[in-house]
Amino acid sequence: MQATADSNILDIPEEIKAKVLTPRQLVWRRFLRHKMAVIGAITLILLILYSFGGVLFFTEEYANYTDTGIRLSPPSWEHPFGTDTVGRDILARTIYGGQISLMIGLLAVVVQVVVGVLIGAIAGYYGGTIDGLLMRFTEAMFNIPQLFLLLVMAKFFGSKINTVELFGREFSGSVIVIIVIIGVTSWMYLARIVRANFLSLKEREFVLAAHTTGSSNVSIIFQHILPNSIAPIVVSATLGVAGAIIAEAYISFLGLGVQPPTATWGNMLEGSYNYIETAPWLWIFPGLLIVLTVLSINFVGDGLRDALDPHAIVEAN
Amino acid sequence: MSRYIIRRLLQAIPLLFIISVILFVLMMNTGDPLATMGGRRATRPEDRERLARQLGLDQPIYKQYFYWLVGNDWTLIDMDGDGVPETPGIRKGILRGDFGNSLVSRGKPASEIIMERLPNTLMLMIPAEIIVIIVSLAVGIYSALRQYSLADNVITAASFIGYSMPIFFIALLSMYIFGVKFKSWGLPYLPTVGMFDPKVGKTPAQVIWHMILPIFAMTVITAAGYSRYVRSQMLEVMGEDYVRTARAKGLPQQLVIRGHVLKNAALPLVTIIGLDVPLLLAGAVVTETIFAWPGMGRLFIDHLSRSDTPVVMGILMLIAIAVVISQLVTDVLYAWLDPRIRYT
Repeated sequence: MQATADSNILDIPEEIKAKVLTPRQLVWRRFLRHKMAVIGAITLILLILYSFGGVLFFTEEYANYTDTGIRLSPPSWEHPFGTDTVGRDILARTIYGGQISLMIGLLAVVVQVVVGVLIGAIAGYYGGTIDGLLMRFTEAMFNIPQLFLLLVMAKFFGSKINTVELFGREFSGSVIVIIVIIGVTSWMYLARIVRANFLSLKEREFVLAAHTTGSSNVSIIFQHILPNSIAPIVVSATLGVAGAIIAEAYISFLGLGVQPPTATWGNMLEGSYNYIETAPWLWIFPGLLIVLTVLSINFVGDGLRDALDPHAIVEAN
Repeated sequence: MSRYIIRRLLQAIPLLFIISVILFVLMMNTGDPLATMGGRRATRPEDRERLARQLGLDQPIYKQYFYWLVGNDWTLIDMDGDGVPETPGIRKGILRGDFGNSLVSRGKPASEIIMERLPNTLMLMIPAEIIVIIVSLAVGIYSALRQYSLADNVITAASFIGYSMPIFFIALLSMYIFGVKFKSWGLPYLPTVGMFDPKVGKTPAQVIWHMILPIFAMTVITAAGYSRYVRSQMLEVMGEDYVRTARAKGLPQQLVIRGHVLKNAALPLVTIIGLDVPLLLAGAVVTETIFAWPGMGRLFIDHLSRSDTPVVMGILMLIAIAVVISQLVTDVLYAWLDPRIRYT
């Protein structure tokens, strides 16, 4: 009390003077304050290093090499995570499986964002009959639980796509199938958010201004309105990666997902419940990696939600 | 209100129609149901042709959908393959409650097959949902009343982990700990698979004993999300003006919480529970597979893998109808509980 009374109020010390920060810096600061989100981000980077850096220690041939002579051997120095039902090394498979699982998570979200944003933007911007039709369709898709839809679609596309070669590696066609079907069964929530955003934004003055200067509808949608609703899309997409990784794990776990020998964290778990008593290492390691990944993505998403919240800008700093 | 309900029900009709078209088209292209029909022998081409004709699988897809929807007992169909329709159809169509006959379990009505399994699924789901609601209310309220205490932080962390966990992981983990490890430690252990011990028979005690682990796994996953929600709702309501007023007029904390906060905070949970019905059903697919529980989820997987369209479509449509109805009930219930909301 004494100290404040003595000092001149107008003489603000240098360290508490507000610096002018760009919105980007504000978001970054708020994100860093969310401790769990930072821990999540670090864990996520470590997981990415694990599955992409592991390539330096093991080849894919090794990860897919079967040796039934050592099937179901428990963790040892030679095979730190043990071996699976046909004698493949689980450590090497979690590395290569991690690449596929993370890739499926990311690419499925790309599909999800493209479909969701397009449908939401068109419905919200044009309104009327188009909006009505698209939203009925969205609602119909919403009413079928995603897992059932995924299973039916996995069966629908199953084995219709051949193996593809990318980056010098062979991918089972089922990887592409899984990416696409997870994408096209999970865009509904995003479409609704984008539509709601467009409905309110299209009435704003800057859109009117763009109209009067003769901008085309496409340019108004993508250059004027979309950048203004990027925050909820980013948050929803981040959480979507976690959802996609879990979805892949579910369908692969049920045997309709990515087909072996291509490993994913999900299909490594397939059938492991038959060995619950004899070989717990079959499911513990891939299972833990899935939980860890999903948990860190959820924390990052939570942090991003708080950091990108426009209402929070006032209290920043 | 009744006008609102009628309008919602009318809106559900085109919705269910779109759903059925999407699913039917997908289902009809998932594989060849005839492939597994000959038992171990490969089906001969002429048998295959005859079977396809008898089951109506040689018809164009729009016709198959139409027959599935409204039946074919009003028209003649071609059974002997001479191009002349002569036999009257016998199917009534799903609109008249005929789900068609299963292609896999030959001739058995799909509805019969589904109804055999449905009670088993409900037997898991309903107790699980009740336990979830009780647990998440208790945990959510407890941690909201002690915001930022050690207990609150521990609960928040635990629920975040539970919320991020795929159900199969918690299922495998609990099977391993309570089934396998407890057995090896000589403790009373829980059964991990099936509905009852074949040696003892299907007694209620056996079934309940076998229900513990699947219900536990479903509860952990779902309650984690719900309790976070209850907690944030509680905190929001505790900051409302009417709570401050209640405090200001001198009501003891106990009464404020019970009389003013709880009821308002529990309200939105109704919506969440209603919207989560599909999630619960989807969870049942995985849970039933792991615990070898003979419910509808496993029936779905088994018959989907053999492209048994009538059974799979029957299950999917039942679920879609359940979802539509649960959404309607949720909205009506919400309006009834919260007088601020009025539907017209």
